[in-house]
Amino acid sequence: MATYLEFIQQNEERDGVRFSWNVWPSSRLEATRMVVPLACLLTPLKERLDLPPVQYEPVLCSRPTCKAVLNPLCQVDYRAKLWACNFCFQRNQFPPAYAGISEVNQPAELMPQFSTIEYIVQRGPQTPLIFLYVVDTCLEEEDLQALKESLQMSLSLLPADALVGLITFGRMVQVHELSCEGISKSYVFRGTKDLTAKQIQDMLGLSKPAVPIQQGRPLQTPEQPVISSRFLQPVHKIDMNLTDLLGELQRDPWPVTQGNRPLRSTGVALSIAVGLLEGTFPNTGARIMLFTGGPPTQGPGMVVGDELKTPIRSWHDIEKDNARFMKKATKHYETLANRTAANGHCIDIYACALDQTGLLEMKCCANLTGGHMVMGDSFNTSLFKQTFQRVFNKGFNGEFRMAFGASLDVKTSRELKIAGAIGPCVSLNVKGPCVSENELGIGGTSQWKICSLDPSTTLAIYFEVVNQHNAPIPQGGRGAVQFVTQYQHSSTQKRIRVTTIARNWADAQSQLQHIEAAFDQEAAAVLMARLGVYRAESEEGPDVLRWLDRQLIRLCQKFGQYNKDDPNSFRLSESFSLYPQFMFHLRRSPFLQVFNNSPDESSYYRHHFARQDLTQSLIMIQPILYAYSFHGPPEPVLLDSSSILPDRILLMDTFFQIVIYLGETIAQWQKAGYQDMPEYENFKHLLQAPLDDAQEILQTRFPMPRYIHTEHGGSQARFLLSKVNPSQTHNNLYAWGQESGAPILTDDVSLQVFMDHLKKLAVSSAS
Amino acid sequence: MSVNQQAHTGPPYGQPQPGYQGYQQPAYGGQPLPGVPQSQYGAYNGPMPGYQQPVPPQGYFPSLGFPSKGSPVSLNSDTSSLAPNFIGSLRAPPTSGAPPPASGASLPSGHLPYSQFGHGDVQNGIPASTAPMQRPPASQPFLPGSAPTPVSQTSTFQQYGHPPASVQQLSNHMAGMTIGSTTASAPPPAGLGYGPPTSVPPVSGSFSATGSGLYTPYTASQGPPPTSVSQGLPLAQPPYPGQPISTQRLPTQVPGFAPPPSSAGIGPSSYPPTTGAPRPPTMPGPPLPGQTVAGPPVSQPNHVSSPPPPSTMSGPHPGPPMSGLHGPPPPPTHPPQPGYQMQQNGSFGQVRGPQPNYGGAYPGTPNYGSQPGPPPPPKRLDPDSIPSPIQVIEDDRSNRGSEPFVTGVRGQVPPLVTTNFLVKDQGNASPRYIRCTSYNIPCTSDMAKQSQVPLAAVIKPLATLPPEETLPYLVDHGESGPVRCNRCKAYMCPFMQFIEGGRRFQCCFCSCVTEVPPHYFQHLDHTGKRVDFYDRPELSLGSYEFLATVDYCKNNKFPSPPAFIFMIDVSYNAMKSGLVRLICEELKSLLDYLPREGNMEESAIRVGFVTYNKVLHFYNVKSSLAQPQMMVVSDVADMFVPLLDGFLVNVNESRTVIASLLDQIPEMFADTRETETVFAPVIQAGLEALKAAECAGKLFIFHTSLPVAEAPGKLKNRDDKKLINTDKEKTLFQPQTSFYNNLAKDCVAQGCCVDLFLFPNQYLDVATLGVVTYQTGGSIYKYAYFQLETDQDRFLNDLRRDVQKEVGFDAVMRVRTSTGIRATDFFGAFYMSNTTDVEMAGLDCDKTITVEFKHDDKLSEDSGALLQCALLYTSCAGQRRLRIHNLSLNCCTQLADLYRNCETDTLINYLAKYAYRGVLSSPVKTVRDALINQCAQILACYRKNCASPSSAGQLILPECMKLLPVYLNCVLKSDVLQPGPEVTTDDRAYIRQLVTSMDVAETNVFFYPRLLPLTKADVDSDSLPAAIRNSEERLSKGDIYLLENGLNIFVWVGVNVQQGLIQNLFGVSSFSQISNALSTLPVLENPFSKKVRSIVDMLQVQRSRYMKLIIVKQEDKLEMLFKHFLVEDKSLSGGASYVDFLCHMHKEIRQLLS
Repeated sequence: MATYLEFIQQNEERDGVRFSWNVWPSSRLEATRMVVPLACLLTPLKERLDLPPVQYEPVLCSRPTCKAVLNPLCQVDYRAKLWACNFCFQRNQFPPAYAGISEVNQPAELMPQFSTIEYIVQRGPQTPLIFLYVVDTCLEEEDLQALKESLQMSLSLLPADALVGLITFGRMVQVHELSCEGISKSYVFRGTKDLTAKQIQDMLGLSKPAVPIQQGRPLQTPEQPVISSRFLQPVHKIDMNLTDLLGELQRDPWPVTQGNRPLRSTGVALSIAVGLLEGTFPNTGARIMLFTGGPPTQGPGMVVGDELKTPIRSWHDIEKDNARFMKKATKHYETLANRTAANGHCIDIYACALDQTGLLEMKCCANLTGGHMVMGDSFNTSLFKQTFQRVFNKGFNGEFRMAFGASLDVKTSRELKIAGAIGPCVSLNVKGPCVSENELGIGGTSQWKICSLDPSTTLAIYFEVVNQHNAPIPQGGRGAVQFVTQYQHSSTQKRIRVTTIARNWADAQSQLQHIEAAFDQEAAAVLMARLGVYRAESEEGPDVLRWLDRQLIRLCQKFGQYNKDDPNSFRLSESFSLYPQFMFHLRRSPFLQVFNNSPDESSYYRHHFARQDLTQSLIMIQPILYAYSFHGPPEPVLLDSSSILPDRILLMDTFFQIVIYLGETIAQWQKAGYQDMPEYENFKHLLQAPLDDAQEILQTRFPMPRYIHTEHGGSQARFLLSKVNPSQTHNNLYAWGQESGAPILTDDVSLQVFMDHLKKLAVSSAS
Repeated sequence: MSVNQQAHTGPPYGQPQPGYQGYQQPAYGGQPLPGVPQSQYGAYNGPMPGYQQPVPPQGYFPSLGFPSKGSPVSLNSDTSSLAPNFIGSLRAPPTSGAPPPASGASLPSGHLPYSQFGHGDVQNGIPASTAPMQRPPASQPFLPGSAPTPVSQTSTFQQYGHPPASVQQLSNHMAGMTIGSTTASAPPPAGLGYGPPTSVPPVSGSFSATGSGLYTPYTASQGPPPTSVSQGLPLAQPPYPGQPISTQRLPTQVPGFAPPPSSAGIGPSSYPPTTGAPRPPTMPGPPLPGQTVAGPPVSQPNHVSSPPPPSTMSGPHPGPPMSGLHGPPPPPTHPPQPGYQMQQNGSFGQVRGPQPNYGGAYPGTPNYGSQPGPPPPPKRLDPDSIPSPIQVIEDDRSNRGSEPFVTGVRGQVPPLVTTNFLVKDQGNASPRYIRCTSYNIPCTSDMAKQSQVPLAAVIKPLATLPPEETLPYLVDHGESGPVRCNRCKAYMCPFMQFIEGGRRFQCCFCSCVTEVPPHYFQHLDHTGKRVDFYDRPELSLGSYEFLATVDYCKNNKFPSPPAFIFMIDVSYNAMKSGLVRLICEELKSLLDYLPREGNMEESAIRVGFVTYNKVLHFYNVKSSLAQPQMMVVSDVADMFVPLLDGFLVNVNESRTVIASLLDQIPEMFADTRETETVFAPVIQAGLEALKAAECAGKLFIFHTSLPVAEAPGKLKNRDDKKLINTDKEKTLFQPQTSFYNNLAKDCVAQGCCVDLFLFPNQYLDVATLGVVTYQTGGSIYKYAYFQLETDQDRFLNDLRRDVQKEVGFDAVMRVRTSTGIRATDFFGAFYMSNTTDVEMAGLDCDKTITVEFKHDDKLSEDSGALLQCALLYTSCAGQRRLRIHNLSLNCCTQLADLYRNCETDTLINYLAKYAYRGVLSSPVKTVRDALINQCAQILACYRKNCASPSSAGQLILPECMKLLPVYLNCVLKSDVLQPGPEVTTDDRAYIRQLVTSMDVAETNVFFYPRLLPLTKADVDSDSLPAAIRNSEERLSKGDIYLLENGLNIFVWVGVNVQQGLIQNLFGVSSFSQISNALSTLPVLENPFSKKVRSIVDMLQVQRSRYMKLIIVKQEDKLEMLFKHFLVEDKSLSGGASYVDFLCHMHKEIRQLLS
């Protein structure tokens, strides 16, 4: 089994791909019996230190419907200079440049180690990256100041030739012209009126480049398109100007009466940002970065009225169908998101407020375009500041960890079809022979557009085995999948990354153990979770949970070892052993449970869940808990209430939060000040150790997690208590009052109970 | 026909009378013939006077004097000591024999009085008979020499004046201007002379008697005459008076001829000499049979004769003028010739001038003398013999200008607007605030209907007062606010009656009894007056202000100080012409002169700036900014204000930012290529800004073109001159779309007043663009084909004045009246949402509202009628105030009283506004006809009910309305009602709106422009030269004239002007070098130039708008434009000449009477 683990890990590192099944059931019927669908998590731009891009065009299969890229799995006739497409079996001539090809002189794309390869291609003019700041000015003075500073700081982080633009909004929306000196100009739009892209462009004077409404001075150099230069300027040119402009930004001056929210025109501001870019730079890499400090309160996309006496919608309201603005607002933002996606731009949302800001309605803007979504309490927190800074982080090779306007093309061999994808993408609606009629996630296409992605962006792609049961695949046959990702690199180069993988087919009846052994329960858990979360967006929570439960039971029935109706006899093989536990935590996770979460929070969590890679996703599903004590080196411990001991320091990482929890005794010691005494230096070290580890996580994660330092009995301890398996509660008597662990006040079932039920149901002959 | 002119003023008349009588006698005696010729020739100036006196007096004066107003005047206004006696005497005579004489004499009489009055009036006098009059003084020397004794002369002058008065009384109750009927009496001018002669003698006799009796008293009064004489002398200076006269005459003659034919069409078919025979009857003109006979033929001969030198002239005098005028329609050349000669001769000309006059008048003389020689049958009306506005104005000025007008008496007719007088408020509002068409209102609606005299008040609530008069006091009643009647809500005023020991008061309007609030209680004295009567302005004055309480404020909140927003078109046209730069430069300094309240150190008014073309640019000029910020709003479809804080700022606080902005605006748009503009969104933007700032205010919009850019309120070019004179003509005055009406409504609701400065190079649809301005109480200024060099001064002066002038905001005006009448109709720049409240977003010191009243019940003579105009407004410092004006009027049961207390200028103001509104809904022709008809009815009613019985052929005009025909004709000929080909549609719409908010003084000069002979100005005094009548005949080729109508100033230069004058005035050596592109007179260091420029400056100051100065050279193409303003002449666009129109009116009246 170790071999499979290694295989899986190796594949992931090389190709950024993890399949739920690494040996594929050879027929449709069997595949459906496997319960967990054949699917994979794909990280298209997985960082590869050892992957120098090649500087030429990929060779494509000449069949118009196929156009697969030449890859190591292809059969090559070196003498005839022919190659056979491994997807459609078309025989293709090598292009002239490959004349010197031979067994010993192979191009990189034919070498097995280059199952993933990246091409740099020359296509079209290179346009600089575009960053359009859309800034809410209805903020508290402090917040605004912090935000201004962050924005000013960010100018130094942008690529020097990047174009930058600024839109501010409050009651009105202002598009600032950056080209002029002297008087600062801005175009102002009313925040209550939605405008079409055409109108916006007309009003901004973008539709008639020949006759700019006014130019400040004849600054425009002829080679620069005049239109763009008014609102979007290279950073290096207007660095100072923009810094000043940002510095002078004032809070929205319109009076806000007592008991009212400020009027905030987020919907129109976004609409204008989208329209502006749509008109000037379609299909080039651009980020619209929305910074908002509260919910949209007027105009299209308003989420809540401006009267404070009406609170913003809660899950309760939504269930009761009592959220009067939600549908309309959602529709507005969806339209925007789709337009943005069509233009290849992306929208980031940085929402910092104590209350909700309407992420529920706006989520699609980030979800469909691959933009970031960041939620914080205030712009004046390190959470926002560092996160925002991290957007402009550079990778090991000094390049920005962002890519734009990607399209992902998936090709499969004949036995497979594509059912859909879940991730920060939109369908390109490319129907082909390999597109399944059954949809899982965003289906009905073999191509998706991912407007923005970074090295960790991960999509879940679901397949369907279409091979009929009575048409067996020859022994030793392999199925293949090719992922072609074309994107604009942060250096503005156009690149194509091609990953081709193959897996063995196996007959599920005769070779079930192979299939079983090749099960990747981690990937499966994440893939199932994504399906569940995807469903949760459109279905009622309980239904999704029931569906998940049923899937789990079916899986256990299929792969468990048991005697009928004897729960105690139930066993799962090692490759499945963790899966139920994942499902248990998933059920309790904020992705599926809305209790205790606002709609915004749910949207936020789900947003990140749908794009992070497997490791991070697993952390989200089942947080990691480390224990620090004098009894030994730090060790991961069970996410269980029994792990909460007085003499331990716990470090929990839920992805969104880092919680450091001091046990009762430790906390008392700390209060007593032992750590300051030289003779107890070891205690000081003990206290420091989790902090250091936490820092490490904080430094690397995007978005930066909420950092919580608490202790036994502290109010913030709830973050920990709500996550651990409530093995000891006030309900189970035998644990009450025991030395070990801490009881949790909850009615939730514990993992043990869950497992007991699972076993019972799995072995039951009734189901 | 005879036309009797009546002199306005009473007092003067008094004096004249004696003179008259005296004169007549002597004159009759033998002077006529000999005197005439002699005088004329002998000494032009001197002779003239002498001449006239002797001659005209005889025939004329007596008769003239009588008919003339003198009498009525004296009755009404002139209660001076003299009057009583006169009246008595006067009346008697007239009744008896007066009529005829009156008719005959009327003409001369009119003149006479003028002349007298006019010592100064020389010019005025000049008109035919008057000229002689004037001369008298000058002639004194002559006189002695000639015939009459010096005393008599002096007296004569005076006498003339008087007699007329008396005569008038006789002839008419009130005033009797009469134009004798053709057949019966000697009609017009000629008739005057002739007709009278026969009848006159007796009359004169009678008069003389009376006169003599009167005489003595007068003699005393004569004292003054001498002085006048002395005055007269200078005036009389031969050259001046003479020249004008002569020149005028000649021309007039010509016109006279021409008119006949045309006029024939109009009404008085009688004119044409050919038809002479038949016409005579219709026309009063051919008085004597002789005329008919000689009529046409004679006239010709006359002409012939006239051409000859003065000497001949003298002989023909009577004839030539008369004939020349009417009779000799044929050769226009003739008249000119004489004219020329006259001019050439200079002094001669003068003489001649008068001569013709005399002649005209004299026709009688010939008769007397039995001189057939002067066969010139006086056919036509002698222009000099018909009522002269100049004369009337001068009379009033000299009679009433000296004493303050004290408003304590009910129903007092104030002096004319052209007279400078001081007002003392003793319980009635100053005429500067309110003027009425009549100060004596018929008690019943039947009477009112019968007379057809509109009852209207022209109200200028915030009028500027001369420095000598005190502003209305501000009364603060604290939190309880002003004391008001419980029922009709009238405000406490001097007419409220306190009863029950002061515990209650009875409303003077509705008679309701209201408790006096405790804090306001005061005991009454034995006369029933409150003890604190003199301490409280609201009890003792006609005009005062209350401080309003919060109840009088919008939303029950005290208003914030208003704001001014400057909105500048920065499209290509505006940039190219340099306009934007000019405005920005000017604003930099102008902003320091925003209106302030009272003694405040700085203005409370905040300012904001917007520029626009197809989109709008707002500017943030907050004081804390280093640089202004521009905010562009391109969503013009749905206008809004993009910023709140920093848009409206205090000038002092944001001085540097504003300066920086104004420096940069011209730069920023220097390269613009945008030609399209929007308009409605600009107003909307201003409106929204004021809304956001929760204040009232004023928008100053500088706009250049038809707003064709895609936006609300977009307009299309719909100018179509073919519509003129069709039923669709009215559409040219109506807005294209109702959009602007709705916008205006919103503006008014917010107190957003819109002032519009237009700089069109082509049609921009003033009718539509002006809607908002008009309805919000704003002003429109229009500078067609704006050019920096020529129009800069005018524009900047207008702008300065407009920005600085006193203005109230968010105003509501209501006029309350005594039970019995009711304000029913309103004219002016405002908006009305109901039938009683006049709402104005802004009301400045120049805006006037004309209110018409109708009866809804009976009035009583005892209690009279009261008006109370209450204006609630926000001052420029944001104080809410109520300004109250009260006026008490008399009521009458006799129509005569009504006619005796009318004010023609005010009447014209009303009629013009009424007509100008009418063109919105009716074809222009209908409107014109209605106007004529109404006036005919007014005059016919007078004739029927008030005038003493006389021949139907006589045109008898009430003294107070004797100028009604000439003024009405001016209204009818105005660009709006009868446009010439050069008048654009925009001009008409512009003028229409302009006139609608003009006050009486403005309409007066607008319709009858002031024509001043500059060459006769006395460079050593600061007075203006005496005005002359608006007729080409009165212009001399050797003189320079100035004509102003409140919008333009023309400087007309005759071809024969001495080079020295040209050099002095224009700094060029010859006539041909004068550039008519000049927009200002060059500054030259010589007395003449200084004088002229000071005159121009003086006139500019008098008017609310800076007038455009246009240099017109005689016989230059611009002269056409100039002639358009010579309103007594026939106009190119078909407007009738004064004479023709008068005849037409007469005909209309006769039709009504028959």
